[in-house]
Amino acid sequence: MGNEELKIKITELLPAAAFEEGGEWLNINITSTDWLPFAIQLRNSDALHFNFLFCLTCIDWQSHLTMVYHLSSTKFRHNIIVKCKLDRTKPEIETVCKIWRTAEFHEREVYEMFGVNFLNHPDLRLLILPDGWEGKNPMLKDFEDPVNMIKL
Amino acid sequence: MDLEKTTVQGDFPGQIHETPGGGIVLSKLDDVINWARSNSLWPLTFATSCCGIEMMSTAGAKYDFSRFGFEVARASPRQADVIIIAGTIVNKMAPVLKRLYDQMADPKYVIAMGACAISGGPFFYNTYSVVKGADHVIPVDVYVAGCPPRPEALLHALISLQDKIKSGLTREQIKTGKE
Repeated sequence: MGNEELKIKITELLPAAAFEEGGEWLNINITSTDWLPFAIQLRNSDALHFNFLFCLTCIDWQSHLTMVYHLSSTKFRHNIIVKCKLDRTKPEIETVCKIWRTAEFHEREVYEMFGVNFLNHPDLRLLILPDGWEGKNPMLKDFEDPVNMIKL
Repeated sequence: MDLEKTTVQGDFPGQIHETPGGGIVLSKLDDVINWARSNSLWPLTFATSCCGIEMMSTAGAKYDFSRFGFEVARASPRQADVIIIAGTIVNKMAPVLKRLYDQMADPKYVIAMGACAISGGPFFYNTYSVVKGADHVIPVDVYVAGCPPRPEALLHALISLQDKIKSGLTREQIKTGKE
């Protein structure tokens, strides 16, 4: 399915979705409350069949955080990017690890690096960082580590 | 007795005195040991990032560091003489590097390959995870600049290490300039 067809199909599923042009893949901006039901529809729709979450990450814009989900369909070979703005002071979003199992690890990484709280995640703890890093979130732009960091 | 003095070909440290029925080699045992050691250095298969690709290239057919006696790359630190730190050392890797170095049998040598191993390189500023130079963890014999260094630079470092071993001086003696 091409980007234009995807756009029509996704507007049917979620009229509130906002689209971003210019990239190779279709960018869809949604709100965090829409995310979980929208994700279930993307996965289960016969026409879309997004069965592969191949990238899950987060961006710190200093004014807010953005969750970025790259989805792909191994059946139809089409890809989309779903973006979701989060409040920087209290970043929260529903987990999608029940839909795409791989999200369990990716969300743990975003949790330790950006401090995003994934609601209903079965095992939300540090993934790569060693013990004692809880709540420090080194990928946030304002993070400072007095021991290891050398400032410009 | 008249002895005719001939220097041995190549870089062997010593002289041959021709005598009837064969020659006599005169040398210092320390020099011979250092000479032997320097020409058969077994590197540890250890690479943490892109410098490792250049190291593999140096090992490959085109540059081929076996020409200088480095061909026997070992997967076990217990059989290795030299560790080429090819890549970034992060805080989590530092204890592993220290342990590998401790497991190597003496005499052992260290080459810091590339900007990351020398100083943290591009990760020097504003990073929470990178060790700013492998010499914070283990002592380094030869530093190779580059990001990553070309295979020729690594070959030069390996030959410099051989010269260093042949000189017979310890790291501390070279640093302070005293014998």
